[in-house]
Amino acid sequence: MDEKVTITINGKPYRVDLDQTIMEAADSCGYHIPRLCYHPKLSIEGACRVCIVEVEGMKNYIASCAYPLFDGMKIHTNTKELRQARRDIVELLLDNHPEDCHVCERDGNCELQRLAYAMGIRHRHFAGERKHYHKDLSSTSVIRDPDKCILCGRCVRMCSEIQGVNALGQAGRGFHTVVMPAYDMPFAESVCTTCGQCINVCPTASFVEKNYTQELFAKLNDDSLVKVAQIAPSVRAAIGEGFGLPPGRNMEGQTVAALRKLGFNYVFDTQFSADLTIVEEASEFLERVQEKGKLPMITSCSSAWMKYMEQFYPDLIENISTCKSPMSMGSALIKTHFAEQIKVDPKNIVSVAIMCCTAKKYEAQRPELMVNGMQATDIVVVTRELVWMIKSAGIDFLNITPEEFDSPLGMSSGAGTIFGVTGGVMEAALRTAYELYTGETLVDIELNSIRGFDGIKVGTITMDGKEIRVAVANGLGNAHNLLEIVRKEPDRYHFVEIMGCPGGCIGGGGQPYAAANSIPLDTDCLKARAEALYSNDRKKTIRRSHDNPEIQRLYKEFLGRPLSKKSHELLHTHYKPHEPRGIASRKIRAI
Amino acid sequence: MEVAEKDKKQELKEFIDSVKDKEHGDSYLIAVLHKAQGLYGYLSREVMDTIAQQMQIPTAHIWGVATFYHYFNLTPPGKYVVSVCLGTACYVKGAPQILEAVKNDLKIDLGGITEDRLFSLQLARCLGACGVAPVVMVGDKIHGEMTPKKVVEVLNQYRKAEKKQ
Repeated sequence: MDEKVTITINGKPYRVDLDQTIMEAADSCGYHIPRLCYHPKLSIEGACRVCIVEVEGMKNYIASCAYPLFDGMKIHTNTKELRQARRDIVELLLDNHPEDCHVCERDGNCELQRLAYAMGIRHRHFAGERKHYHKDLSSTSVIRDPDKCILCGRCVRMCSEIQGVNALGQAGRGFHTVVMPAYDMPFAESVCTTCGQCINVCPTASFVEKNYTQELFAKLNDDSLVKVAQIAPSVRAAIGEGFGLPPGRNMEGQTVAALRKLGFNYVFDTQFSADLTIVEEASEFLERVQEKGKLPMITSCSSAWMKYMEQFYPDLIENISTCKSPMSMGSALIKTHFAEQIKVDPKNIVSVAIMCCTAKKYEAQRPELMVNGMQATDIVVVTRELVWMIKSAGIDFLNITPEEFDSPLGMSSGAGTIFGVTGGVMEAALRTAYELYTGETLVDIELNSIRGFDGIKVGTITMDGKEIRVAVANGLGNAHNLLEIVRKEPDRYHFVEIMGCPGGCIGGGGQPYAAANSIPLDTDCLKARAEALYSNDRKKTIRRSHDNPEIQRLYKEFLGRPLSKKSHELLHTHYKPHEPRGIASRKIRAI
Repeated sequence: MEVAEKDKKQELKEFIDSVKDKEHGDSYLIAVLHKAQGLYGYLSREVMDTIAQQMQIPTAHIWGVATFYHYFNLTPPGKYVVSVCLGTACYVKGAPQILEAVKNDLKIDLGGITEDRLFSLQLARCLGACGVAPVVMVGDKIHGEMTPKKVVEVLNQYRKAEKKQ
C-alpha cells in the first residue's frame, strides 16, 4: 500500500502516499488546513466543512478530511474565494453560538475562538435565530451545555468509538439537533461513566467539569477547619501544561508549595495511598490464587471503570478487587488514623482530593465509600480547576520554591508513582506480589510488556514456577474488547488491570486542555506525561510499595497486617449492579 | 380487535430475530422502529429499551434515529390522528390557514395530543387527493375541499359521534 502519487498543493508539486486523505497529505507537506470536527483518533464525520479545499476540475469545494487523493490532483488551500467560503462557514457556526467568551469557562482555551481568530473574523455579520436550552447540571462530574454546542460530534464519537459507552447521541434534526443522552434524560440517570473524555475532545464549553472551586475557596478561608489535600500522581505530570509548559514536566514540589499557599494545612500524596492499595491488592490477589478465589482478579481503582463495570459488566462483580481506590483509601485514613493523630474531630477536617479525573467526583459521593457515616473525600477538584485556583489566587506557580509533602501520608515508592499510567497498577502490584509469594526480590522490576499505549497489553511472570498471566487495557472501549475475552475464557488471565481513560489516568478527563498547537489526547503528549512518571519511578530509591517505611509503620501502628479486619473496614468495599444497563457499541476503534 | 400486549411483544421479537443477524443487521433499525410503531402506535421508552437490548444497539443511537424522522411518534397518538396536508396543491389552496384553524380548535401544536386523547395532530405531504385540495385526513378518512370553518365542523362531527358511543 505504499503507492506514491504526485499532487500539487497551491501550485507546488509533492510526491506523497496515495493511501491518505487530502488533509493527511497536506499535513505531511506542511499545510495545516483549518479543521474542527476532525480528530485523528475518531472516525471521519465531515460535518463542520471548515476543512474545505479547492480541487481543480471539481465543481464544489470539498471537505479535505474525508476525500481521498488521486494522481495529479491539484489542490488549493488558500485562494481568495476559498478563504471567504471558509470564513463564512465559521461565521455561520458563530451565529448560533453565544457571544459570551469573556465569561466562558473555556475563554482562552477554546478551539472555536482560535478558529474564528485565525479566519480573520473581527465582526459578527450574521444575526439569525439562536438556540436556547437548559444546562444539564444533574451529574456529579460533567455539565452539558447545549447552547455552546456546534454539533461537531467529537464527544459522541469519543463516547462510542473510544470509550464504548454510548451515553451520547445526536437527537432531532437540522436546527433542532442536540447532543444528549438517550430519551433526553439527565446525565446522572444515563449510562455516562463520568470519565470526562467528552470534555477533553469538546472544542468549546459544551461539556465542562462540575466546578467545585468556589466551594473549596470558601472552606480554605474557614479557620475552624483543618484543610487536608492529596494529589494524584498524574496531576503533577500535567499541571505544568496549564501554565504554558510543554507536556512531561514533573511539577510535584511546585504543586505542594502552591497548595500550602492556597491555605491547606496538610498536603499528602495519593501515591502514598497507592502504595497502600498495592500492598492490599497484591495480598488479595495472592489470597485468591492460593485459596482458589475468583480469578481473574480485576483492578478497581479507576472510578469511571467502576461505573462502567456496574452498568455493562455486572456479571464480573466478583472478579473486581475489593480494594478501594488510592484516593478513597487516603481519605479514609485522613478521617480516621490521621484525625486521631492530630487530635481533631474528623467532622472538622476537609479532605480534598486533587485529581486528574472527573469520575473521582462521582466516586467521592458513593455511599459505598462512606467512613463512619461521613463522606471520606469531601471535595474533588481536577487538574484544570487547580490550575485556575492557583492563577486566581495570584500564585507564581512557575517560579515557586518546590516543597515536600507532609508526613505521614506523603512518602511514596516508585510503584505508587506509576499508578497514573496504563499498566502501572499491574506493574506495581506484581513488584509486591512476586516478593510476597516467593520471598525473593524481583530483580528486573520494569515490566516492559505491559508498558506503552497499545489498547490491550498482555504479559506473564513466573512466581516459584507458577505462571501468572496478566492483561492490561486502557480506555473503556479497549476494556470492553478485553472483557469479552475474559467472559469467554475466564481461565485465560489471572490478573487484569483496567483504566477507564486513554493512556490511563494521565489522559484523564480533568487534565489541562490541549495547547493551541496540539490536539486533545495527542499521543506524544500522553507519552511525555507517562515519561514524567516513569522517570520519577527510576529516581526513587524505594521502588516497591511494601518497602515504603511509612506503609510499614502504618501497618505496625494501625492496620495490623494486609487484609486485616481494620483494613477491610476502612480500605475495602463492594460494588453493586447499576441501572440503566449499558450496551457497548460494535464500532469500537482500538487505539 | 386489539392485539394483546403479549402478542405484540412476541411479534416484535420475531421480527427483530428475523433481521438482526443479517449482514449490516444494525441497518434494519428503522424497519424495526416502523414495526414497533405499527404495533404500539408510538415508540415508548420501554419499547425502545427492548429494541436496544434485543438488537444490542445503544439507546442513545436509537433515540437519535427515532427523533430524526418526523414519522416516528414518541408520545401515544390520539384516537383520531388528524393529518393536515401541506403538499403543493393543498398549500396553494390555503392549507396553512386550515392548519391554523385546526391548531386553534384543538388547542394543540403539531405533534401534540388533546387533553381528552381524542385527537393528535400531524402534517402530511400529499395524500394523493389533490383534486379535492385542500384535504385533511382524520383517522383513515379523507375530508376534501376544506375551509377553516368546514374543518372545525368535521372535527365536531367526530366529537359528537364520540359522545353518542
